[in-house]
Amino acid sequence: MTALAIKNASVFYPVPGKTPVHALQNINLDILEKEFVVALGASGCGKSTLLNLIAGFMAPSEGEISLNGRVVTGPGADRSVVFQKHALLPWLNVLDNVAFGLKIQGHNQAKREGIARDFIKLLGLEQFEQSATYELSGGMQQRVGIARALTSDPAILLMDEPLGALDALTRERAQELILKVWRDTGKMVFFITHSVEEALFMGTKLIVMSPRPGRISHVFDLPFSRRYFESGNAREIKASAEFIALREEILKIIFADEAGALHE
Amino acid sequence: MSDTRTNSGNGFWAGLMKAKPAKPGEIYGVPGQGDSLKISAVVIVGIIFVWWFVTFAGFIKPLFLPSPMGVINAFFTMLKDGFTGVGFWEHTWVSTLRVFGAFLLACVIGIPLGIAMGMSPFARGVFDPPIEFYRPIPPLAYLPLMIIWFGIDELSKVLLIFLSVLAPLVLGARAGVRSAAIEQIHAAYSFGATRWQVIRMVVLPAAMPEIFTAMRVGIGFGWTTLVAAEMVAATSGLGYTVLSASRFLQTDIVIMGIVVIAIIAYAFDHLVRFIERRVVPWKGRG
Ligand SMILES: Nc1ncnc2c1ncn2[C@@H]1O[C@H](COP(=O)(O)OP(=O)(O)O)[C@@H](O)[C@H]1O
Ligand SMILES: [Mg+2]
Repeated sequence: MTALAIKNASVFYPVPGKTPVHALQNINLDILEKEFVVALGASGCGKSTLLNLIAGFMAPSEGEISLNGRVVTGPGADRSVVFQKHALLPWLNVLDNVAFGLKIQGHNQAKREGIARDFIKLLGLEQFEQSATYELSGGMQQRVGIARALTSDPAILLMDEPLGALDALTRERAQELILKVWRDTGKMVFFITHSVEEALFMGTKLIVMSPRPGRISHVFDLPFSRRYFESGNAREIKASAEFIALREEILKIIFADEAGALHE
Repeated sequence: MSDTRTNSGNGFWAGLMKAKPAKPGEIYGVPGQGDSLKISAVVIVGIIFVWWFVTFAGFIKPLFLPSPMGVINAFFTMLKDGFTGVGFWEHTWVSTLRVFGAFLLACVIGIPLGIAMGMSPFARGVFDPPIEFYRPIPPLAYLPLMIIWFGIDELSKVLLIFLSVLAPLVLGARAGVRSAAIEQIHAAYSFGATRWQVIRMVVLPAAMPEIFTAMRVGIGFGWTTLVAAEMVAATSGLGYTVLSASRFLQTDIVIMGIVVIAIIAYAFDHLVRFIERRVVPWKGRG
C-alpha cells in the first residue's frame, strides 16, 4: 500500500524578467510504509524544493502530493521536519525544545514532559535535559531536533541534510543513531544528503536527481541498512566491494550531471 | 638583525596597521577585543583633574565653569534647601516619572506595533508613513503643537517624551522580527501552529535581543527630550531645574542637574543590561 504519493509534481520558480526556473519536472515518487527514501544529487537539482512540497511549505505548480490518500495542502504534524540547523529555540532548554510541538498542540505540561522524555531517552539526551541548546555540540543539537520531530508521532520524517554540518566522526555515529530510531519507530523517512556514502548506507531506496530541470534520473533499491541491523558493523558495510562499486557508479552519474552543467 | 617589518611593534600606528598575535584564550583579529575599563577610568579622572585645575588656577571664571567642589556644594545645598521651593528629590522623582511613564507607554504600544509592522504588510503600509514622517523631526519642533493640542499639563510633557521613545522602539521591534530563523518558524508551522502561536512562541522571543537594544536607545532619547518637555509651564523636574538655573546664571546648578540626569540614565542603562543578560543569555549564540 502507498503511504506518501507524489504525482506529476512540477515546480516553476518565477524569476523577474527571465524565464522561470524549472526546479522540478514531473516528479513521480511513492514512499511506502517503513521505507527510508534518500534523495541525492548535485546542488540545485531540486531536493529541498521536493522536501518543501511534501512538508506543505510550498504548493506544486502542477501535480499533487498526498499522504495516506489525503491531499497535502499545507504543513501538518503528520509530516515532521528535521532541519540542517538554526531550527532549535535557544530561549528554551532541551526538554522544552523537544516538547515544543506538543505545547503548540495544546497538551498539558505533564503529558508534554512525559512524551518529550521518552524521545529524549530514545536519542540518548537524558543528561542534557536541562541544558541550553547553544551549549550543545552540533551532533547533540541535531538529536534534539530529531527528538522534537518525533514527538508529534508523524507518519513521515523529512530531513534536509540533517547531518551536513557535522564533523565526519559525529556524522557516522549520527547515521547509525538515525537508523536505529527509524527501526524502532517504524516511520517513513525522506532524507536529503550530499554524501553518496551516507545515502547508500542509510536508505532502503535511493533517488538520484539531476538538475535543470530537476528530475529523478535513477532509482536504486538498497540492502545496506538492513545488513547493518544484522551485523551492527557500519564500517565493514561501507568498505564492502558491493558498496564501493555502487558508490562509484552513482558518483559517475552525479559527475556527469555536473559536467553537463559546465558545458551548457 | 631582525627585519623591522616582521616586528610589528607596539605603537598606536603599528596597532592600526596589523593586529598583534593573540594571547592564548583570545581569538586573533576580533574587532575591539580587549578591556577598555582602565582606560575609561583614567579618562574620567583626567577630565575631572583638568576641570579642577583650570578652575583652581583661575583660567575660567566660575560663571562659565564652576569648580568640581562648587558643583558638589550646589548639590548639597539643593539637597538641603531645594530649588525654587521644591526639594531635590521631588525634582528628581518628577522627571523620572515623566521619562519612565513615557517609556513604559512606548514599550506597551511600540513593541506590539513594531512586531505587527514586521509581520504584516498591511500594518507596515498603515504605520510606516506617519512614523517615518515624525521620526526625524526634533521634539522641540513639535512641542508647540503638543501644547496647543494637549495643553500645558503633564499630558503634553509625557506625550512629547513618549513620541521620542516610540520611534526607536517600533523600529527595533520591527527589525527584530527578522531575527527568527525561517527554520524555527517552519518547525512551528509543521507542528500545526497558528500564526498567532508563531508570533508569540517564536518571533517575539527571537526578537527580544533587538527589543532590548531598542529599549536602551529609546530611553536615551527619552532623557534627551526631557529638557524640552520641561521647558513650558513646568514647576519642577531636573530639566526645569537646569533651564531655570541657566536663566539665573547658576552654572553650578546647571552642571549638577546634567550630572544627575546622566547618573540616572547610566544606572538605568545598566539595569536594562542586567535584565538583558538574565532574559536573553542566548543573545548572539542562538
Ligand atoms: N525561491 C527561489 N526562487 C527562485 N529559484 C529558486 C528558489 N529556490 C530555489 N530555486 C532554484 O531552484 C533550483 C532547486 O533548488 P533547491 O531545491 O534548493 O535545490 P537543492 O536543495 O537540491 O540544492 C535551484 O536551481 C535554485 O536556484
Ligand atoms: Mg537544499
